[in-house]
Amino acid sequence: MSVNQIMFILFASIIVIFSILTVSSKRILRSALYLLFVLVSTAGLYFMMNYNFLAAVQITLYAGGIVVLIIFSVLLTSRINDRFASVKPAKAISTVIVTAIGAFVSISSILQHNFVPAAGVEPISTDVKMVGMQLLGYGTNGYALPFEVISVLLLASMIGAIIIAKKKLD
Amino acid sequence: MDFSYSVLIPLIPLFAFLIIGLGGNKLKALASGLLGTTGLGVSFILSLYTAYQYFFVFGKSAEGVYQKIVAFDMVWLRFTETLHINMGVLLDPISVMMLVVVTTVSFMVHIYSMGYMKGEVGFERFFAFLSLFSFSMLGLVLATNIFQMYMFWELVGVSSFLLIGFYYQKPSAVAASKKAFIVTRFADLGFLIGILLYSYSTGTFDFGLLTNVDGELIRKGTEAGFLGLSMLTWSLILVFMGGAGKSAMFPLHIWLPDAMEGPTPVSALIHAATMVVAGVYLVARLFPVYALSSPDALEVVAYIGAFSSLFAAIIACTQFDIKRVLAFSTMSQIGYMMLALGVSGYGEHGIGYMASMFHLFTHAMFKALLFLAAGAIIHAVHTNDLREMGGLRKYMPITHITFFVALMAIAGIPPFSGFFSKDEILVAAFEHNKIIFFSSMLVAGLTAFYMSRLYFSIFWGKNTHYHHTPHETSPVMYIPLIFLALVTVFAGFIPFGELVTSDGKALHLHIHWNIAIPAVLVALTGIGVATALYMKESKTPDKVVASLGGVYKTILNKFYFDEIYMFVTKKIIFNLISKPIAWFDRHIVDGTMDGIGWVTTTSSEKMKNFQSGQLQQYAIVFISGVIALVLIFSYFSTN
Amino acid sequence: MIEGIPLHYFLVLSTLMFFIGVYGFIVRKNLITILMSIELILNSVNINFVAFNKFLYPDQLQGMFFTIFVVAIAAAEASVAIAIIINIYRRIGNINVEEIAELKH
Repeated sequence: MSVNQIMFILFASIIVIFSILTVSSKRILRSALYLLFVLVSTAGLYFMMNYNFLAAVQITLYAGGIVVLIIFSVLLTSRINDRFASVKPAKAISTVIVTAIGAFVSISSILQHNFVPAAGVEPISTDVKMVGMQLLGYGTNGYALPFEVISVLLLASMIGAIIIAKKKLD
Repeated sequence: MDFSYSVLIPLIPLFAFLIIGLGGNKLKALASGLLGTTGLGVSFILSLYTAYQYFFVFGKSAEGVYQKIVAFDMVWLRFTETLHINMGVLLDPISVMMLVVVTTVSFMVHIYSMGYMKGEVGFERFFAFLSLFSFSMLGLVLATNIFQMYMFWELVGVSSFLLIGFYYQKPSAVAASKKAFIVTRFADLGFLIGILLYSYSTGTFDFGLLTNVDGELIRKGTEAGFLGLSMLTWSLILVFMGGAGKSAMFPLHIWLPDAMEGPTPVSALIHAATMVVAGVYLVARLFPVYALSSPDALEVVAYIGAFSSLFAAIIACTQFDIKRVLAFSTMSQIGYMMLALGVSGYGEHGIGYMASMFHLFTHAMFKALLFLAAGAIIHAVHTNDLREMGGLRKYMPITHITFFVALMAIAGIPPFSGFFSKDEILVAAFEHNKIIFFSSMLVAGLTAFYMSRLYFSIFWGKNTHYHHTPHETSPVMYIPLIFLALVTVFAGFIPFGELVTSDGKALHLHIHWNIAIPAVLVALTGIGVATALYMKESKTPDKVVASLGGVYKTILNKFYFDEIYMFVTKKIIFNLISKPIAWFDRHIVDGTMDGIGWVTTTSSEKMKNFQSGQLQQYAIVFISGVIALVLIFSYFSTN
Repeated sequence: MIEGIPLHYFLVLSTLMFFIGVYGFIVRKNLITILMSIELILNSVNINFVAFNKFLYPDQLQGMFFTIFVVAIAAAEASVAIAIIINIYRRIGNINVEEIAELKH
């Protein structure tokens, strides 16, 4: 068993276990914390695949941004000692059945499918320079337009969030 | 020769009806009565004028034959070129004669009712209905085609229903009106089918074409046969069924005695003089068809008429309600008219037809007189029961004398009018069929007997003690009596043979003494027996009754016909036919509809729960659906 | 290409994560935990994109860029969603999804 495999199994088991804990924990703050672990482990997977920039984005944006945002909102809307009532068994069981069937169907079809890698191609460099060139490029393999669109979206959502969340002045 | 003014005769009562009916609450009672009476009076004068013009001035053609004159006609509903329903006025001898009868009696009854109904609740309503009835009856009489006649026939039935049920607070009156309506409706069903069959085979409704003796149509319907009789015969028998229902012929007579629940003037007008003879008039109207192309149907008419006549006369001998005695007497006399039509031939042999119309005329007068007199008596002593009356001749002289005149007329004693008309009927029956003749003779005797019994029981007999001393009625009530009595005395001398015949040609009549003398003797015997039994208070009638025993009881109960009808309808038809149908309707038909409704509401109730607004429920359903779709597509794509 | 780890591993992992997220989305009542479940679902998709890019088309960067955009959109979505949640909490003092039914009537 190579180091890669050990690393993958480590990350994968962290992701699965903490995902389950995220959706089943009765304390909301712990849920947020477990989510953080999941996101960081995902960043670890990105590192394994040599997408360093993406992994950095994952950690800074997700772990540093979204999870912090979530924790703040939790602190605003809940008390630390609050615990959720346990889910109704009927609902839990039916949902487990549905999701298990879905997972089974998806996984079985994934395993049956034979993915063919592109043969004889040179892997592209994934360093920050390349990412920056493509992200702001407007020729072939250039992503300037989506980048701009996303920037507008972010601006809009920022203004929207402020408008929605602020107290009425009257 | 313009008779178009005759259209006013039915229209004036219609307007009177509309004014009184719509404005009845605004009008004073007396005003509405006067309005109805005046309207009828105008119609009456117009009718007399029309009759004079028709019979004596313009009616005859150059050959001395009375014509059918269409004074007014308009197409009301058009189906095909030949088949359309018209509304119009047809003048011929019988319709003109009926005009006179209807307006005379109706006018007299209107005047009489002003006194009789005074102070009653619903005085205006009464006069509105009377006007409606007069309009309908006149429309019926003047109909130019069989369908117009049918419509007015039904209108007449409705007004009869309304007037029988005039005292609608009384359950018995309500029951009687329903009975009359249902029985006659049942008969009219036959009439309608008959009309349709008949018009189907001939292609027209018009009386002028239907009864044209020289035309094609009269022979046309005879071809297609069913059960050994031609289509025409069947349709004529069905038409006669309608006539029998309206004219209370056996076995559709059961409504007439009960119809006496209505006010007495109504009984005089509708259930004695006019509406009940509509059946006779119907057969007379179609008489050429009956006589020339379907003698079988005419035989049916004759036998039913003769039987009804005898049957009713027997029952009349036992009844105690004076109005019921008169009702059965009416039925008996109408049977007479029917049998006269039944035994008649056409043209020169049409003495029976003439006699029937003659009797219709005289009977209308004296029977209206009898009913009005009975009304006066009931008004005076406040009871219908013969056993509670007696000795009234001292208190009510005018009523007494007019009643006596009517008695003489109905018994057929010369020189009163009934004698002449009855004599002609007997002559016609004698020439045609001996059985019918002897039964008619028997009926003549019975008629004399029961009418005399009525007369003696009311005016002679025991001296009953009354709570209030009876007194003569007011002039407004006895003037119609006197008028009708005068008509009754002199109507016999009208030369009917010259005026009203089946083919319009004059028929020269003379009295057949070989038949008249025995008939008068029979009548006198009847009167004699009644005199012996009822003139003085005696025990003899009770002894006779005792000796007859069960037979008497059967007759008293009108041969249990009401009970038989009740048994047939309630026990057999209701239980075996109506109830299963009702069950089917309620459980299968309604059940299906209810079931559809139930399924819809229940499923929508259930479906409503899907729309819970719970986001997570939608999510699980959505996920399940996606998975199911994936499974289905993958299944089909792998196969 | 990573030595000793086939593509299927990543896909199975992301599938499991996805359905765990779905489970959380369905059973959780608190709006914030539902938001967390959505983040899980988005992450699983991201893993898929990246894995496909790495294993099947290593000569391009489309999967990675898509992931970056998804992350950006997730951030926008989270910010707006949390603004809405806070607003709801201010109005009805509660962020239980089953009790937010004012629009139903």
